[in-house]
Amino acid sequence: MEKVTIKVFRGTPEEGEISTYETPTFPGMVVLDAIHYIQQNLEPSLACRWNCKAAKCGSCSAEVNGHPKLMCKSSIEEYPSGEITVTPLKTFPLVKDLVTDVSWNYRVSSRIPPLVPKPDAAGKPFNMQQIDVERVQEFRKCIECFLCQDVCHILREHDRTDAFYGPRQMVKLASLDMHPMDNLDRKESIKNDGGVGYCNITKCCTEVCPEHIHITDNAIIPLKERIADEYYDPIQGLLRKIGIIKRTTKQPFDSVPNEQTTVHSAR
Amino acid sequence: MVEPYDIFEYDVLIVGAGGAGLRAAISAKEAGCSVGVICKSLLGKAHTVMAEGGVAAALANMSSPDGAKEPDGWEVHFVDTMKGGAFLNNWRTVEIFTKEAPERVLELEQYGAVFDRTPEGAIAQRPFGGHKYRRLNHVGDRTGLELIRTLQDKAVGTGMNVHMEVTLTKLLLNDGRVVGAFGYYRETGKLVVFKAKAVVLATGGWGRMYRFTSNSWEGTGDGLMMAYEAGAELLDMEMIQFHPTGMIWPPSMRGILVTEGVRGEGGFLKNKNGERFMFNEDYTPALYKGQFAEEPEEGLRWLEDKKNNRRPPELLPRDVVSRAVYREVQAGRGCEHGGVYLDVTHRGAGYILKKLPSMHEQFHALGNLDITKEPMEVYPTVHYTMGGVRVSPEECATTVPGLYAAGEVAAGLHGANRLGGNSLSDIMVFGKRAGDAAAAFAKTQNSHGTIDESQIETELNTLLDPLTATEGENPYAIHQELQEEMQKNCMIAKTEEGLTHCLETIISLQGRAKRLKMSGGRIFNPGWHAARDVRFMLRTSEVITRCALLRKESRGAQWRIDYDHLDNEYWGKHNLISQKDGDAVKIEARLLDPLPPHLKVLFEETK
Repeated sequence: MEKVTIKVFRGTPEEGEISTYETPTFPGMVVLDAIHYIQQNLEPSLACRWNCKAAKCGSCSAEVNGHPKLMCKSSIEEYPSGEITVTPLKTFPLVKDLVTDVSWNYRVSSRIPPLVPKPDAAGKPFNMQQIDVERVQEFRKCIECFLCQDVCHILREHDRTDAFYGPRQMVKLASLDMHPMDNLDRKESIKNDGGVGYCNITKCCTEVCPEHIHITDNAIIPLKERIADEYYDPIQGLLRKIGIIKRTTKQPFDSVPNEQTTVHSAR
Repeated sequence: MVEPYDIFEYDVLIVGAGGAGLRAAISAKEAGCSVGVICKSLLGKAHTVMAEGGVAAALANMSSPDGAKEPDGWEVHFVDTMKGGAFLNNWRTVEIFTKEAPERVLELEQYGAVFDRTPEGAIAQRPFGGHKYRRLNHVGDRTGLELIRTLQDKAVGTGMNVHMEVTLTKLLLNDGRVVGAFGYYRETGKLVVFKAKAVVLATGGWGRMYRFTSNSWEGTGDGLMMAYEAGAELLDMEMIQFHPTGMIWPPSMRGILVTEGVRGEGGFLKNKNGERFMFNEDYTPALYKGQFAEEPEEGLRWLEDKKNNRRPPELLPRDVVSRAVYREVQAGRGCEHGGVYLDVTHRGAGYILKKLPSMHEQFHALGNLDITKEPMEVYPTVHYTMGGVRVSPEECATTVPGLYAAGEVAAGLHGANRLGGNSLSDIMVFGKRAGDAAAAFAKTQNSHGTIDESQIETELNTLLDPLTATEGENPYAIHQELQEEMQKNCMIAKTEEGLTHCLETIISLQGRAKRLKMSGGRIFNPGWHAARDVRFMLRTSEVITRCALLRKESRGAQWRIDYDHLDNEYWGKHNLISQKDGDAVKIEARLLDPLPPHLKVLFEETK
């Protein structure tokens, strides 16, 4: 292919249309290269986000032929028809062209308190085995591209940002809840604030994750199981009542002061 | 009359939300100040996220097979950093840095960072260029992501105002003191003013004036130039780091970083004849003679037994390795696409996937290459700026009252060449110190300074003229010409002739950049943003080129092939200081502080 046809959504929430551009190709070219070519040569005001161009920052998320993707990781060769349509993430409010307002994700994230070290580990080097941190390290690979949030139908189709934190934040919650040194009892917050019960395990989020995190299997399902054990399993409830299963010794969630953080976006 | 703008008031304003900015924000907030953090991109996307190999701090966690701990400590780290920087570093800055780095890394773990572990359960450390012992605390090859996400979560949990996608273009002065900053929202193009009692600049480095760089669009030198315009002194501006291993193929990926961790984990550099050319003794500088393996066999034994064997010369500092790669290619021993080979296949697929997973993914997804089976092709790429705003070692105070700077935008720690891994500890050590100092300064101020509207008006005119101009040049075209020129004449090997040509081109481009034109409105318009950026880049490039012309010697990253020697008599004792002087740049060579006896003695002890 010497040339490729790129159809890009141009516009604002008020009005917009698909514009068609032709760009030359070169070895290894990715969709983000095509967008840059358009910006530099054809339409300088075309808006998109990007930073690292190496799939490490998670900025250039868009929908390429309808699939949530990082534009920097979408090779032109994957589209042999020579025609590629690039549109903004559908789940989030449009700002302009390929840029959407993703600030909701940051506001949700700010409601999740960071690690609270166990009393006997606070202030000194942690002693942890590799095998005990491996699962958490998988979650911490997340680059916050929000493709999983984009594809999650609780957010995309049902618009339940009021009830469900979304897969990205489930991964974050899991990374804290499974951290060997965390001392905060996060279960109630995972259930009530995070709304883990809303997920019905369609695994769409796992499919689009550019970091290949097993979001559903390794993060969400274990969180669901913990919640079920704690709140819905009658036998465990009974055993807890008569003291055979010990209650958690972690400190209560609301013992951490909720510091006021505001994440501003311009609108 | 200036159009209406939003106003926010903070005790401490943090400009930049990479590691240094976020660490400063945490400190300033913990000191009881109200804090505003400005991100040019979204939160957590700053350049820190791209750091791969690890964070250098002498925790001395690693042992040899016989169980003996590696005898690392701040003293050895000090010596390594000074040698790596070719003694242009500020010794006091390096002393503070090496002493405090371990504390900052352990603190990061308390904040929630999950480092790889040793069999004993401590933080695992890997070898890296110029570090005598295994010193890079790491998480596979995505340490920067771990660092920024941890600091981001901690900062947000500490409580502050985060302003995303705001570009600041001007520091506002009152009576010589910084009292705030002015800029615009990228999303809407509307104007915003931040009033502050103290400002911490943590805007990172500048590499976008080069064609091939590992830097993102953000590295335009805007933060540096805001400080310069406010009257701050700049230091060591000629010192630009060329990382020896940037991707060279496919062209789309040219310049993207390949972590030094590949060599730290035992990777070989080879020329097209299959020779490990770093063993060519001409490439090892006198300062490092006898400290590295001299035969490939010893280098191989070192992989298993670090106590009784010396490091392979692939782990010499970056400036040394970059020059060697350049020379191999010049001598016609380069690979097909004009670089050299970086080969880690002998470590086996299992090991590579464990220790270098994101490199594997990067080449697999973007380069169509399996690094467990084939060698990578690499060539030096513009990576880091050792120079920057001159700051005091203890407080990170610039020469402008109320203005502090930390991280890559500040200078003094790395001298003429930075060791890999030192930047991640730099941003935490001096981010904290800058935040503390800015908070202390803010507390001495009873009220916010008055904002002088005329300063805003001048800057606003500069900002808006490309949108209102009836004719003018395209900023992208000027940017591309600048990149070509800098890439050709201000790169790894410099000459008087090339630099002079470069300077002439820059000055002519500056003339053309006075008249820019851009279409579209103010709502998220990258072309309009580019117009302001290109002016910052042109001035930054001018200062770099002028300094490179003045330093008539080769030291660290500054390699003058027409002055191919170390001049310890004069240039070994002088830094170049640049400052705004009307419309011109004033540059002076200033005498370095000599090493005090208690640090000088370390070079004897750690031999």
